Amino acid sequence: MSVQLTVFFVLAAIAVAGAVSLIVQRHPIHSALSLIVVMAALAGLYLLLEAEFIAAIQIIVYAGAIMVLFVFVIMLLNAGSEERTNLSRTAFYAGVPLAIFLLLELAYRVARGSASMVAQPSPAAATRGLSMLLFQDFVFPFEATSILILIAILGAIVLAKRDV
Amino acid sequence: MNELFAQHPILLVSLVKIVVLLFLLLTSLAYLTWFERKVAAHIQGRWGPYRVGPHGLMQPLADGLKFLFKEDTTPGSADRFVYFLAPFLSLSLAISTIALIPFGPGTFRIFGQTTSLVVANVNIGLLAIFAITSIGVYGVALAGWSSNNKYSLLGGLRSAAQMVSYELSLTMSVAGVLLLVGTFNLSEIVRAQSGTTWGFLPRWNLLSPTAPQLLGFFCYFVAAVAETNRLPFDLAEAESELVAGFHTEYSSFKFAMFFMAEYASMITVSCLAAILYFGGWLSPFPQTAAFAWTRYLPAVLLACVGVGLVINGFRYSTAWGRIMLPVVGALLCAVAILAAWPGAVDFVQGPAWFLLKILVILFVYVWVRWTLPRFRYDQLMGIGWKFLLPVAIANVVLTSLAVVIHK
Repeated sequence: MSVQLTVFFVLAAIAVAGAVSLIVQRHPIHSALSLIVVMAALAGLYLLLEAEFIAAIQIIVYAGAIMVLFVFVIMLLNAGSEERTNLSRTAFYAGVPLAIFLLLELAYRVARGSASMVAQPSPAAATRGLSMLLFQDFVFPFEATSILILIAILGAIVLAKRDV
Repeated sequence: MNELFAQHPILLVSLVKIVVLLFLLLTSLAYLTWFERKVAAHIQGRWGPYRVGPHGLMQPLADGLKFLFKEDTTPGSADRFVYFLAPFLSLSLAISTIALIPFGPGTFRIFGQTTSLVVANVNIGLLAIFAITSIGVYGVALAGWSSNNKYSLLGGLRSAAQMVSYELSLTMSVAGVLLLVGTFNLSEIVRAQSGTTWGFLPRWNLLSPTAPQLLGFFCYFVAAVAETNRLPFDLAEAESELVAGFHTEYSSFKFAMFFMAEYASMITVSCLAAILYFGGWLSPFPQTAAFAWTRYLPAVLLACVGVGLVINGFRYSTAWGRIMLPVVGALLCAVAILAAWPGAVDFVQGPAWFLLKILVILFVYVWVRWTLPRFRYDQLMGIGWKFLLPVAIANVVLTSLAVVIHK
Protein backbone atom coordinates (compact mmCIF):
# COMPACT_ATOMS: atom_id res chain seq x y z
CA MET A 1 0.00 0.00 0.00
CA SER A 2 1.38 3.36 -0.94
CA VAL A 3 2.07 5.99 1.70
CA GLN A 4 -0.72 8.19 0.37
CA LEU A 5 -3.28 5.42 0.68
CA THR A 6 -2.14 4.55 4.21
CA VAL A 7 -2.38 8.18 5.28
CA PHE A 8 -5.80 8.43 3.66
CA PHE A 9 -7.16 5.44 5.55
CA VAL A 10 -5.70 6.61 8.84
CA LEU A 11 -7.23 10.07 8.41
CA ALA A 12 -10.53 8.65 7.22
CA ALA A 13 -10.68 6.32 10.22
CA ILE A 14 -9.97 9.24 12.56
CA ALA A 15 -12.67 11.33 10.90
CA VAL A 16 -15.27 8.56 11.16
CA ALA A 17 -14.30 7.75 14.74
CA GLY A 18 -14.59 11.43 15.63
CA ALA A 19 -18.00 11.67 13.99
CA VAL A 20 -19.28 8.61 15.85
CA SER A 21 -17.86 9.94 19.10
CA LEU A 22 -19.57 13.27 18.45
CA ILE A 23 -22.96 11.52 18.63
CA VAL A 24 -22.15 9.01 21.34
CA GLN A 25 -20.55 11.42 23.82
CA ARG A 26 -22.89 12.59 26.55
CA HIS A 27 -21.22 15.86 27.43
CA PRO A 28 -21.50 18.77 24.98
CA ILE A 29 -17.84 19.70 25.42
CA HIS A 30 -16.74 16.18 24.54
CA SER A 31 -18.99 16.28 21.49
CA ALA A 32 -17.51 19.60 20.45
CA LEU A 33 -13.99 18.21 20.84
CA SER A 34 -14.95 15.23 18.68
CA LEU A 35 -16.17 17.63 16.01
CA ILE A 36 -12.81 19.42 16.12
CA VAL A 37 -11.09 16.07 15.57
CA VAL A 38 -13.31 15.46 12.52
CA MET A 39 -12.40 18.88 11.12
CA ALA A 40 -8.69 18.36 11.68
CA ALA A 41 -8.87 14.98 9.93
CA LEU A 42 -10.74 16.59 7.02
CA ALA A 43 -8.01 19.22 6.78
CA GLY A 44 -5.50 16.37 6.58
CA LEU A 45 -7.49 14.85 3.71
CA TYR A 46 -7.44 18.19 1.89
CA LEU A 47 -3.68 18.27 2.32
CA LEU A 48 -3.52 14.83 0.79
CA LEU A 49 -5.32 16.25 -2.25
CA GLU A 50 -2.68 19.01 -2.35
CA ALA A 51 -5.34 21.62 -1.59
CA GLU A 52 -3.10 23.33 0.96
CA PHE A 53 -4.99 26.58 1.09
CA ILE A 54 -8.33 24.88 1.71
CA ALA A 55 -6.74 22.74 4.42
CA ALA A 56 -5.39 25.78 6.26
CA ILE A 57 -8.66 27.67 5.92
CA GLN A 58 -10.55 24.61 7.15
CA ILE A 59 -8.51 24.66 10.34
CA ILE A 60 -8.49 28.44 10.81
CA VAL A 61 -12.19 29.02 10.16
CA TYR A 62 -13.87 25.86 11.39
CA ALA A 63 -11.58 24.44 14.07
CA GLY A 64 -10.09 27.76 15.12
CA ALA A 65 -13.02 30.17 15.03
CA ILE A 66 -16.42 28.52 14.75
CA MET A 67 -15.68 25.69 17.15
CA VAL A 68 -14.11 28.10 19.62
CA LEU A 69 -17.43 29.91 19.68
CA PHE A 70 -19.25 26.59 20.21
CA VAL A 71 -16.97 25.71 23.10
CA PHE A 72 -17.28 29.26 24.40
CA VAL A 73 -21.07 29.09 24.49
CA ILE A 74 -21.10 25.64 26.07
CA MET A 75 -18.70 26.88 28.73
CA LEU A 76 -20.65 30.10 29.25
CA LEU A 77 -23.94 28.27 29.73
CA ASN A 78 -22.15 25.69 31.84
CA ALA A 79 -24.18 22.99 30.09
CA GLY A 80 -24.22 19.68 31.90
CA SER A 81 -24.37 16.15 30.56
CA GLU A 82 -27.23 15.23 28.28
CA GLU A 83 -30.04 13.16 29.57
CA ARG A 84 -30.60 9.98 27.61
CA THR A 85 -34.04 9.38 26.20
CA ASN A 86 -34.88 5.92 24.94
CA LEU A 87 -34.81 6.06 21.19
CA SER A 88 -38.21 6.93 19.84
CA ARG A 89 -39.67 4.10 17.82
CA THR A 90 -40.37 6.05 14.61
CA ALA A 91 -36.86 7.46 14.64
CA PHE A 92 -35.43 3.97 15.00
CA TYR A 93 -37.54 2.24 12.36
CA ALA A 94 -37.32 5.08 9.85
CA GLY A 95 -33.82 6.31 10.62
CA VAL A 96 -31.71 3.17 10.63
CA PRO A 97 -32.87 1.82 7.24
CA LEU A 98 -32.58 5.30 5.71
CA ALA A 99 -29.05 5.70 7.06
CA ILE A 100 -28.03 2.31 5.67
CA PHE A 101 -29.65 3.17 2.35
CA LEU A 102 -27.77 6.47 2.17
CA LEU A 103 -24.48 4.76 2.99
CA LEU A 104 -25.01 2.10 0.31
CA GLU A 105 -25.96 4.67 -2.27
CA LEU A 106 -22.91 6.77 -1.54
CA ALA A 107 -20.67 3.71 -1.69
CA TYR A 108 -22.24 2.70 -5.00
CA ARG A 109 -21.79 6.15 -6.52
CA VAL A 110 -18.21 6.44 -5.35
CA ALA A 111 -17.33 2.96 -6.56
CA ARG A 112 -18.86 3.62 -9.99
CA GLY A 113 -17.65 7.14 -10.51
CA SER A 114 -14.18 6.75 -9.10
CA ALA A 115 -12.41 7.36 -12.41
CA SER A 116 -13.95 10.77 -12.92
CA MET A 117 -13.67 11.78 -9.27
CA VAL A 118 -9.91 11.41 -8.95
CA ALA A 119 -8.52 14.72 -7.80
CA GLN A 120 -6.70 16.70 -10.41
CA PRO A 121 -3.09 17.11 -9.40
CA SER A 122 -3.24 20.78 -8.52
CA PRO A 123 -0.39 23.08 -9.44
CA ALA A 124 1.71 24.82 -6.81
CA ALA A 125 -0.21 27.99 -7.62
CA ALA A 126 -3.52 26.54 -6.45
CA THR A 127 -4.00 29.44 -4.06
CA ARG A 128 -3.49 31.91 -6.90
CA GLY A 129 -5.96 30.02 -9.06
CA LEU A 130 -8.52 29.98 -6.30
CA SER A 131 -8.21 33.70 -5.68
CA MET A 132 -8.47 34.39 -9.42
CA LEU A 133 -11.72 32.43 -9.50
CA LEU A 134 -13.08 34.14 -6.41
CA PHE A 135 -12.09 37.71 -7.18
CA GLN A 136 -12.31 37.77 -10.97
CA ASP A 137 -14.61 35.15 -12.47
CA PHE A 138 -17.08 34.90 -9.62
CA VAL A 139 -16.58 38.27 -7.99
CA PHE A 140 -20.28 39.18 -8.05
CA PRO A 141 -21.59 36.02 -6.29
CA PHE A 142 -18.69 36.30 -3.85
CA GLU A 143 -19.47 39.89 -2.91
CA ALA A 144 -23.21 39.12 -2.79
CA THR A 145 -22.51 36.34 -0.30
CA SER A 146 -20.41 38.73 1.79
CA ILE A 147 -23.25 41.25 1.87
CA LEU A 148 -25.68 38.48 2.82
CA ILE A 149 -23.47 37.55 5.78
CA LEU A 150 -23.15 41.21 6.73
CA ILE A 151 -26.93 41.55 6.73
CA ALA A 152 -27.19 38.49 8.94
CA ILE A 153 -24.71 40.01 11.41
CA LEU A 154 -26.62 43.31 11.46
CA GLY A 155 -29.85 41.40 11.96
CA ALA A 156 -28.38 39.56 14.92
CA ILE A 157 -27.31 42.86 16.49
CA VAL A 158 -30.73 44.44 15.91
CA LEU A 159 -32.51 41.44 17.45
CA ALA A 160 -30.15 41.34 20.42
CA LYS A 161 -30.37 45.09 21.07
CA ARG A 162 -34.17 45.28 20.95
CA ASP A 163 -34.58 44.69 24.66
CA VAL A 164 -31.76 46.90 25.79
CA MET B 1 10.61 0.95 9.01
CA ASN B 2 14.11 0.87 7.53
CA GLU B 3 12.57 0.31 4.13
CA LEU B 4 10.37 3.35 4.59
CA PHE B 5 13.38 5.50 5.44
CA ALA B 6 15.30 4.08 2.48
CA GLN B 7 12.46 4.93 0.11
CA HIS B 8 11.88 8.38 1.53
CA PRO B 9 15.23 9.71 2.78
CA ILE B 10 13.54 13.03 3.48
CA LEU B 11 11.83 11.39 6.47
CA LEU B 12 15.14 10.60 8.14
CA VAL B 13 16.54 14.06 7.37
CA SER B 14 13.41 15.69 8.77
CA LEU B 15 13.58 13.54 11.86
CA VAL B 16 17.15 14.65 12.56
CA LYS B 17 16.21 18.28 11.97
CA ILE B 18 13.19 17.96 14.25
CA VAL B 19 15.25 16.48 17.08
CA VAL B 20 17.93 19.17 16.82
CA LEU B 21 15.36 21.96 16.56
CA LEU B 22 13.34 20.62 19.48
CA PHE B 23 16.45 20.48 21.65
CA LEU B 24 17.39 24.04 20.68
CA LEU B 25 13.84 25.31 21.21
CA LEU B 26 13.40 23.71 24.63
CA THR B 27 16.79 25.00 25.78
CA SER B 28 16.13 28.48 24.51
CA LEU B 29 12.69 28.67 26.07
CA ALA B 30 14.15 27.54 29.38
CA TYR B 31 16.68 30.36 29.14
CA LEU B 32 13.98 32.74 27.98
CA THR B 33 12.45 32.39 31.47
CA TRP B 34 15.86 33.28 32.93
CA PHE B 35 16.12 36.21 30.52
CA GLU B 36 12.64 37.40 31.45
CA ARG B 37 13.36 37.23 35.16
CA LYS B 38 16.66 39.05 34.75
CA VAL B 39 15.16 41.84 32.65
CA ALA B 40 12.19 42.13 35.01
CA ALA B 41 14.52 42.33 37.98
CA HIS B 42 16.67 45.03 36.41
CA ILE B 43 13.58 47.03 35.41
CA GLN B 44 12.52 46.92 39.06
CA GLY B 45 16.00 47.64 40.41
CA ARG B 46 16.67 44.11 41.67
CA TRP B 47 19.27 41.49 40.78
CA GLY B 48 16.98 38.62 39.79
CA PRO B 49 18.14 34.98 39.93
CA TYR B 50 21.64 34.96 41.38
CA ARG B 51 21.98 31.93 43.64
CA VAL B 52 21.75 28.89 41.38
CA GLY B 53 24.96 28.99 39.39
CA PRO B 54 26.83 32.16 38.41
CA HIS B 55 24.37 34.92 37.44
CA GLY B 56 21.59 32.39 38.15
CA LEU B 57 22.42 30.58 34.92
CA MET B 58 21.43 27.19 36.31
CA GLN B 59 18.06 28.53 37.46
CA PRO B 60 16.06 27.05 34.54
CA LEU B 61 17.47 23.61 35.35
CA ALA B 62 16.53 24.01 39.01
CA ASP B 63 13.05 25.16 38.05
CA GLY B 64 12.58 22.20 35.73
CA LEU B 65 13.66 19.70 38.39
CA LYS B 66 11.41 21.36 40.93
CA PHE B 67 8.42 21.11 38.60
CA LEU B 68 9.16 17.43 38.01
CA PHE B 69 9.30 16.55 41.69
CA LYS B 70 6.25 18.49 42.88
CA GLU B 71 3.11 16.57 43.70
CA ASP B 72 0.77 16.34 40.72
CA THR B 73 -2.78 16.86 41.94
CA THR B 74 -6.05 16.48 40.07
CA PRO B 75 -9.19 18.10 41.48
CA GLY B 76 -11.75 15.49 42.47
CA SER B 77 -14.56 16.92 40.35
CA ALA B 78 -12.43 17.69 37.33
CA ASP B 79 -13.18 16.23 33.93
CA ARG B 80 -10.14 13.97 33.98
CA PHE B 81 -9.65 13.36 30.27
CA VAL B 82 -9.92 17.01 29.25
CA TYR B 83 -7.92 18.04 32.31
CA PHE B 84 -5.04 15.89 31.09
CA LEU B 85 -5.51 16.80 27.45
CA ALA B 86 -5.36 20.59 27.89
CA PRO B 87 -1.68 21.03 28.83
CA PHE B 88 -0.53 18.56 26.19
CA LEU B 89 -2.57 20.35 23.55
CA SER B 90 -1.20 23.71 24.66
CA LEU B 91 2.44 22.70 24.62
CA SER B 92 2.45 20.51 21.51
CA LEU B 93 0.69 23.13 19.41
CA ALA B 94 2.92 25.91 20.69
CA ILE B 95 6.06 23.91 19.92
CA SER B 96 5.07 22.55 16.53
CA THR B 97 4.85 25.94 14.82
CA ILE B 98 8.63 26.31 15.02
CA ALA B 99 8.92 23.59 12.36
CA LEU B 100 7.68 26.05 9.75
CA ILE B 101 10.18 28.82 10.53
CA PRO B 102 13.08 29.17 8.07
CA PHE B 103 16.30 30.06 9.90
CA GLY B 104 18.57 30.87 7.00
CA PRO B 105 19.14 30.73 3.26
CA GLY B 106 22.01 28.23 3.40
CA THR B 107 21.84 24.54 2.63
CA PHE B 108 23.83 21.68 4.12
CA ARG B 109 24.33 18.01 3.31
CA ILE B 110 23.21 15.26 5.65
CA PHE B 111 22.79 11.54 4.79
CA GLY B 112 23.55 12.40 1.19
CA GLN B 113 20.65 14.82 1.03
CA THR B 114 20.95 18.55 0.46
CA THR B 115 18.57 20.29 2.78
CA SER B 116 17.81 23.79 4.02
CA LEU B 117 17.45 25.33 7.45
CA VAL B 118 13.74 24.69 7.81
CA VAL B 119 11.94 21.51 8.78
CA ALA B 120 8.86 22.04 6.63
CA ASN B 121 9.15 24.50 3.77
CA VAL B 122 5.50 24.53 2.74
CA ASN B 123 3.72 26.83 0.32
CA ILE B 124 1.23 27.91 2.94
CA GLY B 125 3.77 28.44 5.73
CA LEU B 126 2.13 31.57 7.11
CA LEU B 127 -1.38 30.15 6.97
CA ALA B 128 -0.22 26.94 8.59
CA ILE B 129 1.23 28.88 11.50
CA PHE B 130 -2.02 30.79 11.91
CA ALA B 131 -3.95 27.53 11.71
CA ILE B 132 -1.89 25.98 14.49
CA THR B 133 -2.01 29.04 16.73
CA SER B 134 -5.77 29.35 16.19
CA ILE B 135 -6.25 25.87 17.69
CA GLY B 136 -3.91 26.82 20.53
CA VAL B 137 -6.78 28.56 22.31
CA TYR B 138 -8.33 25.20 23.18
CA GLY B 139 -5.49 24.41 25.56
CA VAL B 140 -6.31 27.42 27.73
CA ALA B 141 -10.08 27.30 27.32
CA LEU B 142 -10.35 23.59 28.07
CA ALA B 143 -7.98 23.84 31.01
CA GLY B 144 -10.27 26.47 32.47
CA TRP B 145 -13.41 24.45 31.87
CA SER B 146 -12.15 21.03 32.95
CA SER B 147 -10.76 22.21 36.29
CA ASN B 148 -14.34 22.73 37.50
CA ASN B 149 -13.40 25.86 39.36
CA LYS B 150 -15.10 29.21 38.88
CA TYR B 151 -11.84 31.15 38.60
CA SER B 152 -10.47 28.71 36.07
CA LEU B 153 -13.69 28.82 34.08
CA LEU B 154 -13.67 32.62 33.99
CA GLY B 155 -10.04 32.56 32.87
CA GLY B 156 -10.82 30.06 30.13
CA LEU B 157 -13.84 32.04 28.93
CA ARG B 158 -11.89 35.28 28.82
CA SER B 159 -9.09 33.65 26.93
CA ALA B 160 -11.44 32.13 24.35
CA ALA B 161 -13.15 35.48 23.71
CA GLN B 162 -9.84 37.32 23.62
CA MET B 163 -8.17 34.94 21.20
CA VAL B 164 -11.07 35.01 18.75
CA SER B 165 -11.16 38.82 18.87
CA TYR B 166 -7.46 39.42 18.43
CA GLU B 167 -6.95 36.73 15.81
CA LEU B 168 -8.90 38.92 13.41
CA SER B 169 -6.55 41.88 13.87
CA LEU B 170 -3.55 39.57 13.69
CA THR B 171 -4.58 38.11 10.37
CA MET B 172 -5.67 41.49 9.01
CA SER B 173 -2.37 43.13 9.93
CA VAL B 174 -0.46 40.42 8.08
CA ALA B 175 -2.58 40.92 4.96
CA GLY B 176 -0.54 44.07 4.25
CA VAL B 177 2.65 42.03 4.07
CA LEU B 178 0.96 39.46 1.85
CA LEU B 179 -0.12 42.21 -0.56
CA LEU B 180 3.50 43.33 -0.83
CA VAL B 181 5.17 39.93 -1.26
CA GLY B 182 2.38 37.91 -2.86
CA THR B 183 3.19 34.54 -1.29
CA PHE B 184 2.45 32.50 1.82
CA ASN B 185 5.81 30.76 1.74
CA LEU B 186 7.93 32.13 4.59
CA SER B 187 11.27 31.66 2.81
CA GLU B 188 9.97 33.55 -0.21
CA ILE B 189 8.56 36.28 2.02
CA VAL B 190 12.08 36.80 3.34
CA ARG B 191 13.65 36.69 -0.13
CA ALA B 192 11.18 39.30 -1.38
CA GLN B 193 12.61 41.74 1.18
CA SER B 194 16.22 41.68 -0.03
CA GLY B 195 17.83 44.77 -1.50
CA THR B 196 18.01 48.36 -0.33
CA THR B 197 16.28 51.68 -0.86
CA TRP B 198 18.58 54.66 -1.65
CA GLY B 199 21.55 52.34 -1.25
CA PHE B 200 21.48 51.98 2.52
CA LEU B 201 17.96 51.44 3.91
CA PRO B 202 17.09 47.72 3.96
CA ARG B 203 13.99 46.93 1.91
CA TRP B 204 12.25 45.18 4.78
CA ASN B 205 8.48 45.21 4.78
CA LEU B 206 8.59 47.54 7.75
CA LEU B 207 10.43 50.10 5.59
CA SER B 208 9.15 48.98 2.22
CA PRO B 209 9.41 51.79 -0.37
CA THR B 210 5.97 50.84 -1.75
CA ALA B 211 4.03 50.88 1.50
CA PRO B 212 5.91 50.93 4.81
CA GLN B 213 4.18 48.47 7.12
CA LEU B 214 4.57 50.58 10.26
CA LEU B 215 0.85 50.43 11.05
CA GLY B 216 0.76 46.77 10.16
CA PHE B 217 3.64 45.95 12.46
CA PHE B 218 2.05 47.90 15.30
CA CYS B 219 -1.20 45.96 14.90
CA TYR B 220 0.67 42.69 14.54
CA PHE B 221 2.69 43.24 17.67
CA VAL B 222 -0.25 44.30 19.85
CA ALA B 223 -2.39 41.43 18.59
CA ALA B 224 0.50 39.01 19.04
CA VAL B 225 0.98 40.04 22.67
CA ALA B 226 -2.74 39.47 23.19
CA GLU B 227 -2.65 36.12 21.37
CA THR B 228 0.13 34.85 23.59
CA ASN B 229 -1.81 35.92 26.69
CA ARG B 230 0.90 38.17 28.00
CA LEU B 231 0.65 41.28 30.08
CA PRO B 232 -0.98 43.79 29.47
CA PHE B 233 -3.44 41.31 27.93
CA ASP B 234 -3.14 38.40 30.35
CA LEU B 235 -6.77 38.54 31.41
CA ALA B 236 -6.89 34.74 31.35
CA GLU B 237 -4.55 34.67 34.35
CA ALA B 238 -5.20 38.01 36.06
CA GLU B 239 -3.90 36.92 39.45
CA SER B 240 -5.39 39.96 41.16
CA GLU B 241 -8.92 38.80 40.32
CA LEU B 242 -8.83 35.13 39.34
CA VAL B 243 -6.17 33.58 41.62
CA ALA B 244 -4.22 32.21 38.66
CA GLY B 245 -6.95 32.03 36.02
CA PHE B 246 -7.07 29.00 33.82
CA HIS B 247 -4.19 27.18 35.50
CA THR B 248 -5.35 27.67 39.09
CA GLU B 249 -5.83 23.92 39.60
CA TYR B 250 -2.73 22.82 37.73
CA SER B 251 0.37 21.85 39.59
CA SER B 252 3.69 20.17 38.95
CA PHE B 253 4.68 19.48 35.37
CA LYS B 254 1.24 20.14 33.93
CA PHE B 255 1.60 23.73 35.11
CA ALA B 256 5.11 23.76 33.68
CA MET B 257 3.68 22.71 30.32
CA PHE B 258 1.43 25.78 30.20
CA PHE B 259 4.39 27.86 31.23
CA MET B 260 6.56 26.39 28.48
CA ALA B 261 3.74 26.79 25.95
CA GLU B 262 3.57 30.51 26.72
CA TYR B 263 7.27 30.97 26.12
CA ALA B 264 7.28 28.75 23.04
CA SER B 265 4.51 30.78 21.45
CA MET B 266 6.40 33.97 22.37
CA ILE B 267 9.37 32.63 20.41
CA THR B 268 7.20 31.69 17.43
CA VAL B 269 5.48 35.05 17.35
CA SER B 270 8.84 36.83 17.50
CA CYS B 271 10.22 34.64 14.70
CA LEU B 272 7.19 35.51 12.61
CA ALA B 273 7.56 39.22 13.34
CA ALA B 274 11.21 39.05 12.27
CA ILE B 275 10.30 37.21 9.07
CA LEU B 276 7.31 39.34 8.12
CA TYR B 277 8.56 42.80 8.97
CA PHE B 278 12.33 42.72 9.58
CA GLY B 279 13.60 40.69 6.66
CA GLY B 280 14.12 37.42 8.52
CA TRP B 281 17.66 36.18 8.05
CA LEU B 282 18.71 39.10 5.80
CA SER B 283 21.56 41.26 6.96
CA PRO B 284 20.58 44.84 7.82
CA PHE B 285 23.56 46.08 5.78
CA PRO B 286 23.66 46.46 1.98
CA GLN B 287 25.28 43.51 0.20
CA THR B 288 27.93 45.57 -1.57
CA ALA B 289 31.73 45.35 -1.58
CA ALA B 290 31.97 48.39 0.71
CA PHE B 291 29.97 46.54 3.37
CA ALA B 292 31.61 43.12 2.94
CA TRP B 293 33.15 43.42 6.40
CA THR B 294 29.69 43.28 8.00
CA ARG B 295 29.65 39.54 7.27
CA TYR B 296 32.01 39.15 10.21
CA LEU B 297 29.86 41.19 12.60
CA PRO B 298 27.94 38.21 14.08
CA ALA B 299 31.21 36.43 14.87
CA VAL B 300 32.71 39.61 16.34
CA LEU B 301 29.62 40.19 18.50
CA LEU B 302 29.76 36.64 19.78
CA ALA B 303 33.49 36.98 20.51
CA CYS B 304 32.85 40.21 22.43
CA VAL B 305 30.25 38.44 24.57
CA GLY B 306 32.71 35.60 25.15
CA VAL B 307 35.56 37.89 26.15
CA GLY B 308 33.23 39.84 28.40
CA LEU B 309 32.17 36.61 30.12
CA VAL B 310 35.81 35.57 30.65
CA ILE B 311 36.75 38.93 32.15
CA ASN B 312 33.62 39.02 34.32
CA GLY B 313 34.17 35.40 35.32
CA PHE B 314 37.66 35.94 36.75
CA ARG B 315 36.28 38.52 39.15
CA TYR B 316 33.15 36.54 40.09
CA SER B 317 32.46 36.07 43.80
CA THR B 318 32.11 32.29 43.94
CA ALA B 319 34.76 29.73 42.96
CA TRP B 320 32.23 27.83 40.83
CA GLY B 321 31.51 31.01 38.92
CA ARG B 322 35.23 31.75 38.48
CA ILE B 323 35.51 28.37 36.71
CA MET B 324 32.23 28.17 34.84
CA LEU B 325 31.98 31.69 33.38
CA PRO B 326 35.47 31.74 31.77
CA VAL B 327 34.86 28.25 30.35
CA VAL B 328 31.55 29.32 28.79
CA GLY B 329 33.21 32.53 27.56
CA ALA B 330 36.08 30.58 25.99
CA LEU B 331 33.57 28.24 24.32
CA LEU B 332 31.70 31.23 22.86
CA CYS B 333 35.01 32.64 21.56
CA ALA B 334 35.79 29.27 19.95
CA VAL B 335 32.36 29.23 18.30
CA ALA B 336 32.97 32.80 17.13
CA ILE B 337 36.29 31.79 15.53
CA LEU B 338 34.58 28.85 13.83
CA ALA B 339 31.83 31.18 12.61
CA ALA B 340 34.42 33.53 11.09
CA TRP B 341 36.00 30.67 9.11
CA PRO B 342 35.86 31.42 5.36
CA GLY B 343 33.72 28.36 4.64
CA ALA B 344 31.27 29.02 7.45
CA VAL B 345 30.89 32.77 7.46
CA ASP B 346 28.20 32.94 4.76
CA PHE B 347 26.27 30.02 6.20
CA VAL B 348 26.31 31.39 9.74
CA GLN B 349 25.32 34.92 8.72
CA GLY B 350 21.65 34.19 8.08
CA PRO B 351 20.81 32.38 11.33
CA ALA B 352 22.92 34.86 13.31
CA TRP B 353 21.07 37.95 12.06
CA PHE B 354 17.77 36.13 12.46
CA LEU B 355 18.53 35.20 16.07
CA LEU B 356 19.67 38.74 16.80
CA LYS B 357 16.39 40.17 15.49
CA ILE B 358 14.39 37.62 17.48
CA LEU B 359 16.31 38.55 20.63
CA VAL B 360 15.54 42.24 20.16
CA ILE B 361 11.83 41.52 19.64
CA LEU B 362 11.77 39.20 22.66
CA PHE B 363 13.38 41.92 24.73
CA VAL B 364 10.65 44.37 23.72
CA TYR B 365 8.11 41.70 24.61
CA VAL B 366 9.53 41.31 28.12
CA TRP B 367 9.99 45.05 28.46
CA VAL B 368 6.30 45.65 27.67
CA ARG B 369 5.25 43.05 30.21
CA TRP B 370 7.10 44.67 33.07
CA THR B 371 6.19 48.23 32.13
CA LEU B 372 2.47 48.29 31.41
CA PRO B 373 -0.35 47.48 33.84
CA ARG B 374 -3.10 45.02 32.90
CA PHE B 375 -6.12 46.26 30.93
CA ARG B 376 -9.63 45.91 32.25
CA TYR B 377 -11.70 43.34 30.40
CA ASP B 378 -14.00 45.85 28.66
CA GLN B 379 -10.97 47.93 27.67
CA LEU B 380 -9.41 44.82 26.19
CA MET B 381 -12.43 44.10 24.02
CA GLY B 382 -12.74 47.79 23.12
CA ILE B 383 -9.14 47.95 21.95
CA GLY B 384 -9.49 44.77 19.95
CA TRP B 385 -12.69 45.54 18.10
CA LYS B 386 -12.93 49.33 18.02
CA PHE B 387 -9.30 50.31 17.59
CA LEU B 388 -7.02 47.53 16.41
CA LEU B 389 -9.31 45.97 13.82
CA PRO B 390 -10.21 49.27 12.07
CA VAL B 391 -6.53 50.27 12.04
CA ALA B 392 -5.55 46.90 10.57
CA ILE B 393 -8.26 47.20 7.90
CA ALA B 394 -7.12 50.76 7.11
CA ASN B 395 -3.61 49.38 6.71
CA VAL B 396 -4.87 46.78 4.23
CA VAL B 397 -6.71 49.45 2.22
CA LEU B 398 -3.74 51.84 2.19
CA THR B 399 -1.32 49.09 1.25
CA SER B 400 -3.51 47.85 -1.59
CA LEU B 401 -3.80 51.40 -2.90
CA ALA B 402 -0.03 51.84 -2.79
CA VAL B 403 0.55 48.48 -4.48
CA VAL B 404 -1.89 49.33 -7.27
CA ILE B 405 -0.36 52.79 -7.79
CA HIS B 406 3.19 51.41 -7.93
CA LYS B 407 2.32 48.78 -10.49
